[in-house]
Amino acid sequence: MHSEKPLIGRSVPRKEGREKVTGRARYVDDLVFPGMLHGATVRSPAARGRIRAIHFDKNIPWNEFTIVTAKDIPGENCVTLILHDQPCLAAETVNHPEEPVVLLAHPDKYLLEEARRSVRIEIEPLPAVFSIEDSLAKKAIIWGEDNLFKKFLVEKGDVDAAWAAADIIVDGEYETAAQEQLYIEPNGVIAIANRSEGVTVWGSMQCPYYVHKALLPLFGLPKEKVRVVQAETGGGFGGKEEYPSMIAAHAALLAWKSGKPVKIIYDRAEDMAATTKRHPSRTRHRTGVTHDGKLVAMEIDFVIDGGAYCTLSPVVLSRGTIHAAGPYECPNVRIRSRAVATNAPPHGAFRGFGAPQSIFALERHLDKVAKACGLAPDEFRRRNFVQQGGTLAVSQVIHEKVDLPRLMDRAFECSDYHAKRARFARENPSARVKKGIGFAAFLHGAGFTGSGEEFLASVVAVEATAEGRVRVLAASTEIGQGTNTIFSQIVADALGLDSALVEIAPPDTAAVPNSGPTVASRTTMIVGKLVESAALGLKQTLVSSGLLHEKFSTEDFRSACAEYIRKHGALRATSQYAPPPGIHWDDEKYQGDAYGAYAWAVYVAEVSVDTSTYEIRVDDFVAVQEVGKVIHPVLAAGQIEGGIAQGIGYALYENVVWQEGRMVNAQMTNYIMPTSADVPPIRVFFEENPYPFGPGGAKGIGELPMDGPAPAIVNAIEHATGVSITKIPVTPEVLMEALEGVNA
Amino acid sequence: MRAYLPKYELVTPTALEDALKLLAREPAQWKPFAGGTDLMVLLEAGKLAQRKFFSIWKLPELHGIAETREHVTLGALTTYTEVQRSETLQREFPLLCRAAAETGSVATQNRGTLGGNIANASPAADSPPALLVYDAELELVSARGARWMPYTQFHKGYKQMDLASDELITRIRIARTRSGWRQYYRKVGTRSAQAISKVCLAGVSRRDNGRIADVRIALGSVAPTVVRCVKTEEFLRAAGVLTPAAVKRTQEILSGEIAPIDDFRSTAKYRRRVACNLLAEFLRL
Amino acid sequence: MPDAAKVRIAMRVNGREVAVDAWPMARLLDVLREELRLTGTKEGCGEGECGACAVLLDGALVNSCLVPAVHADGASVTTIEGIANGEQLHAMQQAFLEHGGAQCGICTPGMVLAAVNLLERCPNPTDTDIRAGLAGNLCRCTGYMKIFESVLVACKQKGDRSQMTGK
Repeated sequence: MHSEKPLIGRSVPRKEGREKVTGRARYVDDLVFPGMLHGATVRSPAARGRIRAIHFDKNIPWNEFTIVTAKDIPGENCVTLILHDQPCLAAETVNHPEEPVVLLAHPDKYLLEEARRSVRIEIEPLPAVFSIEDSLAKKAIIWGEDNLFKKFLVEKGDVDAAWAAADIIVDGEYETAAQEQLYIEPNGVIAIANRSEGVTVWGSMQCPYYVHKALLPLFGLPKEKVRVVQAETGGGFGGKEEYPSMIAAHAALLAWKSGKPVKIIYDRAEDMAATTKRHPSRTRHRTGVTHDGKLVAMEIDFVIDGGAYCTLSPVVLSRGTIHAAGPYECPNVRIRSRAVATNAPPHGAFRGFGAPQSIFALERHLDKVAKACGLAPDEFRRRNFVQQGGTLAVSQVIHEKVDLPRLMDRAFECSDYHAKRARFARENPSARVKKGIGFAAFLHGAGFTGSGEEFLASVVAVEATAEGRVRVLAASTEIGQGTNTIFSQIVADALGLDSALVEIAPPDTAAVPNSGPTVASRTTMIVGKLVESAALGLKQTLVSSGLLHEKFSTEDFRSACAEYIRKHGALRATSQYAPPPGIHWDDEKYQGDAYGAYAWAVYVAEVSVDTSTYEIRVDDFVAVQEVGKVIHPVLAAGQIEGGIAQGIGYALYENVVWQEGRMVNAQMTNYIMPTSADVPPIRVFFEENPYPFGPGGAKGIGELPMDGPAPAIVNAIEHATGVSITKIPVTPEVLMEALEGVNA
Repeated sequence: MRAYLPKYELVTPTALEDALKLLAREPAQWKPFAGGTDLMVLLEAGKLAQRKFFSIWKLPELHGIAETREHVTLGALTTYTEVQRSETLQREFPLLCRAAAETGSVATQNRGTLGGNIANASPAADSPPALLVYDAELELVSARGARWMPYTQFHKGYKQMDLASDELITRIRIARTRSGWRQYYRKVGTRSAQAISKVCLAGVSRRDNGRIADVRIALGSVAPTVVRCVKTEEFLRAAGVLTPAAVKRTQEILSGEIAPIDDFRSTAKYRRRVACNLLAEFLRL
Repeated sequence: MPDAAKVRIAMRVNGREVAVDAWPMARLLDVLREELRLTGTKEGCGEGECGACAVLLDGALVNSCLVPAVHADGASVTTIEGIANGEQLHAMQQAFLEHGGAQCGICTPGMVLAAVNLLERCPNPTDTDIRAGLAGNLCRCTGYMKIFESVLVACKQKGDRSQMTGK
């Protein structure tokens, strides 16, 4: 390598940052096409029922409109994901409020909106189900034979026999609510579609190949006739993982029928009411411990609400299940989990993907268990943290050096935890504003579960130009997390070049190979590693063809590329995912190496509780995590800080108000996310224990910060008030009721 | 954007006189449009039934803050930013400045106006409780003439006002009689900033030897309109030194003067309890 | 069906005189994005809550989704496209670029303008001033920490520069 300092580990300017700070970055609504129509969706007013009729009011010139219903779909009326149960447009029945039924397109977006309101869908209602309880109780069968999308059973040791060895047994039940991803850029796509050329879609999305896959059976087209291009995307957080397939299908259907480009952009109210949210959950814990606080038995029942169709619920359930027993060593565990159907718009991917739900329950419960043992919550954790060589609930052996006690010590030192724990306890009785400090300890697995990455078989390509510039071809998208910058650093270091010479090709399915979806905290750890190998492969090609020595300058590289391309036409290397050696996962028993790597963390939250208004404020937040290797300090800290802010919203502010399966507070005025005035100082600290199979040793971190804040905050609220709250969000109204319950 | 824009008119009369003539000629057909921070939200949600508006935003007669020895008079188009920038208001009417600082965001404060806020008549509005405890008066003007009225009599019921269909709110007048009074304003919203109020209490009191000689208390978000709690005020004037029992009794009376509801932002029970707690906090001043 | 007539709006946008025809209640946001093709200003909510549409109207920070076209007539408007000096970024833009103030970038135009406006009104803001000044600009990606840092960096740079020039 000729360059002096590696870029990995340094905070280089964001690759596409200049475009973003000047307003030049082009998001999908910034794009216009000649002759473009605007598209809109007419949606079901009812939660469940049979479509009796669709009325078009007389006041609209309907002959000017393109109108699409289910019968206009050329191929299968289905949005393909895991199962084939979700229609693209409802045909005979509807199963959730806001389910799409009719599509309209017109050049005038104002008249289009009038028209949307002039279509009435008449529905004969059927009994509907709106809660996990009612779904489990089968008040109505609304999906399949028993409302059950998926279930898992994880067993370790012999939990039934183990209760006998427990001195103390503690039960608890915990609930988490739906959460809206609330990316500041709503969903939007533009489509061009016709029989001869096929379908092309540009849009705000995380996974162009998911959209590509979903469009094929809808139109009955071969792969090469469908092209999906990611536009600059204003946030995703999982909310643009699977949902874009639906909106892309709609725009494409209108384009197909009209023969014109069609743009569909959701306004905020539509986006909130109609698209996916985080799965609500209910977790029951039964935990057996010895007198000295050692775990002997854990039985966990974990249920998530998947909404009306299967979509990604089995995978959310999987991750939530695997994380349900946390970073602890317990010889006997049973985790029973289920994903059930309700008549709400399908719930979907949201950063954390099941783990924030099950970790909330666990970290709340273990504070309760600690209390029952007469131990401080941190002492209880110390006695049970998994260590190197230990096994998690899914029987995964932790081979790496893991030192959770050290992470905890550091988090406590940075937050002054012990002193504050004592001081607040002393001062609270006479204070009107009570203070509390609490923590959560957790882990987050990166990459797809088990054999998921093998199944994805991701491919990345790196190519060089005759000018010595290098292009990365991957389907991984930049959605703010820093994909473009990280990939540039990795390639620049692999080839010893300036990162200005590295370009990231726009994720366009016609031009880039399928490196898998931008989800599951896999983009740096899994795809970044492939990017590194492909870049090294490219170098190796030049070296082994005698055009380059092991040490070379930028000019040497350029002339070697030019020479190679002159001789062979193109210079390109690909890399395909191969699992690290020794990874074994049993899909039947749900046991083994669930994830290639875990990041480990301890988060501490300090809160104030105002006993006049019951308002809770987070005053300070410390986040300590071991992440393998920090590739870009500013980007990495940015991920943690942003995730923590979302976690604070999840714990305290973000409340979806449901009425018969419909979100009725679908406005930013009424669905509350934290502003700059609401976030505490967030102090982030990293430790590094390199993961050998990640680029530079990096593990995935995108979702990690979502898991810790809610339990840490609610643990802190308990410390401040003495009240144990088991459901989030903890709004002031909820806290008031809880405090009253205590005083009654 | 859920409104059919071509159907909306927004004309710009150049003088107040012309605006009033328009209102006189076609009463109830035309409504005034000030900064737009309420009306444009309704427009975009597809909920703006009114189609014809006349912009008053640039009418000079409705701007400015005038001071005499007895009064401060604010033009109806005084923005929240302008309220906060007034040294006199900061010094003598701090609750109005507090309310303005807690309304929306900087961007909203640059466009939102006191007159617009009063005319929008939301029970959750932030400034009206402060105006109520300052015994504000409103000037209402039409082609027929002008009248002043106590703001306490303006709101008759939910979104019902003593405002004829040909009248405009032009000025808001407050008497400079609050110097030396204790002043309290607390808005409890859904978050620290840019929040709709769940409960809001404004209070001013004058003490004399430890007892309350005079007091005004007003609340927002606990009734169909913003309310002055006159029974509570009466009780406090007669209460003498405030013992814990007296404070409790005051809270009971306050509770009887408000009618909070459950909505998707909060609950009646929470609003009632917090209103009483804020009262206690005010009385501890 | 249409009742109103379009009106001519003459404004100075980013220092340039422009005139467009617009429905009287058309949002300034749409006039900027669609008539003038200045797409840097974004729509995030259409309710005046998120601040992604923020512009400077006669020097005051406003949410352009709440300003009717008619109110921009005769006014001076500054959008994100107007604050750099040719290819030289404004100090605030440079700070956001180098200190992680922008992640997905959709809130960035409004946020940068709000921050620029904050420093104009308050050249040495405290932490509280910054939080209050930016509370009308929602960011879902950053958790705001690096936005605060970026503002402080830009503030310091301006301070250093004004010390140098003695202004």
